[in-house]
Amino acid sequence: MGQYILKRLALVIPVLIGVTLFAFLLIHLIPGDPARIILGERATEAQLEQIRERLGLNDPLYIQYLNFLKRLAQGDLGRSAISNNPVTAELKKRYPATIELTLAAMLLAIIVGVPAGIISASKQYSLFDHISMVLALLGVSMPIFWLGLMLIWVGSLVLGIFPPSGRLGVEITLQSITNFHIIDSIITGNWVALKDALWHLVLPGLALGTIPMAIIARMTRSSMLEVLKQDYIRTARAKGVSQRLVIYKHALRNALIPVVTVVGLQFGLLLGGAVLTETIFSWPGVGRLIYDAIMARDFPVVQSTILVIATTFVFINLLVDITYAYLDPRIKYN
Amino acid sequence: MALAEIATDVKAVTKEKKGVGPWRSALRRFLRNKSALAGLILIAFFVGAAVFAPYIAPYDPLIPDLKNRLAPPSAAHLLGTDYMGRDILSRIIYGARISLRVGLITVSIALVVGTLMGMLAGYYGRIWDTIIMRFTDIMLAFPSTLLAIAIMAILGPKLINAMIAIGVVQIPQFARIVRSSVLSVKEFEYVDAARALGLKNGPIIFKHLLPNSLAPIIVQATLSVATAIIETAGLSFLGLGAQPPTPEWGAMLADSRAYLRIAPWTVAFPGLAILIATMGMNLIGDGLRDALDPRMKE
Repeated sequence: MGQYILKRLALVIPVLIGVTLFAFLLIHLIPGDPARIILGERATEAQLEQIRERLGLNDPLYIQYLNFLKRLAQGDLGRSAISNNPVTAELKKRYPATIELTLAAMLLAIIVGVPAGIISASKQYSLFDHISMVLALLGVSMPIFWLGLMLIWVGSLVLGIFPPSGRLGVEITLQSITNFHIIDSIITGNWVALKDALWHLVLPGLALGTIPMAIIARMTRSSMLEVLKQDYIRTARAKGVSQRLVIYKHALRNALIPVVTVVGLQFGLLLGGAVLTETIFSWPGVGRLIYDAIMARDFPVVQSTILVIATTFVFINLLVDITYAYLDPRIKYN
Repeated sequence: MALAEIATDVKAVTKEKKGVGPWRSALRRFLRNKSALAGLILIAFFVGAAVFAPYIAPYDPLIPDLKNRLAPPSAAHLLGTDYMGRDILSRIIYGARISLRVGLITVSIALVVGTLMGMLAGYYGRIWDTIIMRFTDIMLAFPSTLLAIAIMAILGPKLINAMIAIGVVQIPQFARIVRSSVLSVKEFEYVDAARALGLKNGPIIFKHLLPNSLAPIIVQATLSVATAIIETAGLSFLGLGAQPPTPEWGAMLADSRAYLRIAPWTVAFPGLAILIATMGMNLIGDGLRDALDPRMKE
């Protein structure tokens, strides 16, 4: 196991270098002068020179990259080209918002997706199976930006139950400690804020969680069907073990191994989907940050945000692989 | 017996067996699959709409009719009108043209580049394999939507750029599928035989390896059209793809967002079109996978 982890860790290094290189080159790949791209056509030569100096654009490319890496190693993600605020401070506020949203979406996806898949498999070709698989098909084909708008329409505008945007109502005050609203409200015992924060999570969580929910349901079903065909299950059945026990005690554990992988991969993809969801629900996370930064042509912010999300994604994938190897020792030999 | 004679014999045998080949039985399996047929009908519907748009669209998709702004669905406007009074049904019909083009162009980019990369990596191996696979690793280190958005930040907001971005993002999947398929096919004896007959790498790759790797490529291409339609609509929705007044489905959604409260139909119908087209392609893709690889089907 230790050897496998080391090997897998070694694979992360070139990928991370590639990721930093891409994030660094982003601004240089745009045709034209980076300084002019950031400041726009009306900028004076003095302003251009000032930003070139500030961003180190006058140095040779490799020096710029080395400086970029050096800053990263010190935890410095640069400054916004527009507000000149450090990006790290902005991310500290926004990152927890995105993680909170993706966790909520994933939780929803697992709570609904896994049981739906298990029931579908254990009652293959039943009405439940047919309905849940049609819903799963709709789910994987769903444009989440549209689903988000429809949820706002029904849940907020027509029924008036859920708030259409934001993380917390304007009338609610909450002391920020970790910037995770759920955790902060529990630590401070602020139950009104907790309820409000959870309420705000429902619609965006549902919008973001729909695709993984569908994929998890499909995966659980097919993995369960696969396991149910195995000899040891037949033996258990021959011994007279009830269907219930066969499914939950014998089959489920093995059937869930590939599901773990899917959950991990989907978690990474949610970070990408967050850009759309956060834009629709005015959710103040990194997805929204990157969108606003692209629109404002604030490339230092785009660079750092992409870097942070991609790095998170790389480590989630690493974690998934290690968990998978732990759950299914055969994988190490492949 | 000389090698050339063996080759002629092999040719004769394969000729005899033509007609009950794996492709024909795959087609039979596909046509027996009800959900795949449903997908085919949905997509035929969209292709028909795209091809005959000028004949079937009741109104011009671009000309505003300010007297009829935000009209709810009625006999005159089956799906209502948008904030400029344009007929939503007509815009969706013309939008089918854009989405189909998006699907085809995007997947062509990913297919051609990805297949070449996969062939290089799988057939030549060694340094090619290392370089290409590390490159795909890096690309896959980014969530796909995010990578597409990053590429759009470089290229600038335009529909064609959105297609390029989504196409580029899909390259690694094709490269990997083709590589693994080439790796498994390359070991077969007929490839050795072809080499022994003096065939050069080019013909071996394109005549012998590619056709035998076709099944997984076709499945991936079909499923990628679905992803391309949805992702490009997403970029257009963010204002990074098609620009107004183009009747692209994602851009229509972005245009109508502000009217969600007073005219929900302006948002509901373009989104439904995206959902149905994507679902149709997914159904066909799933059906093709089951038909081409019977082992996958439970």
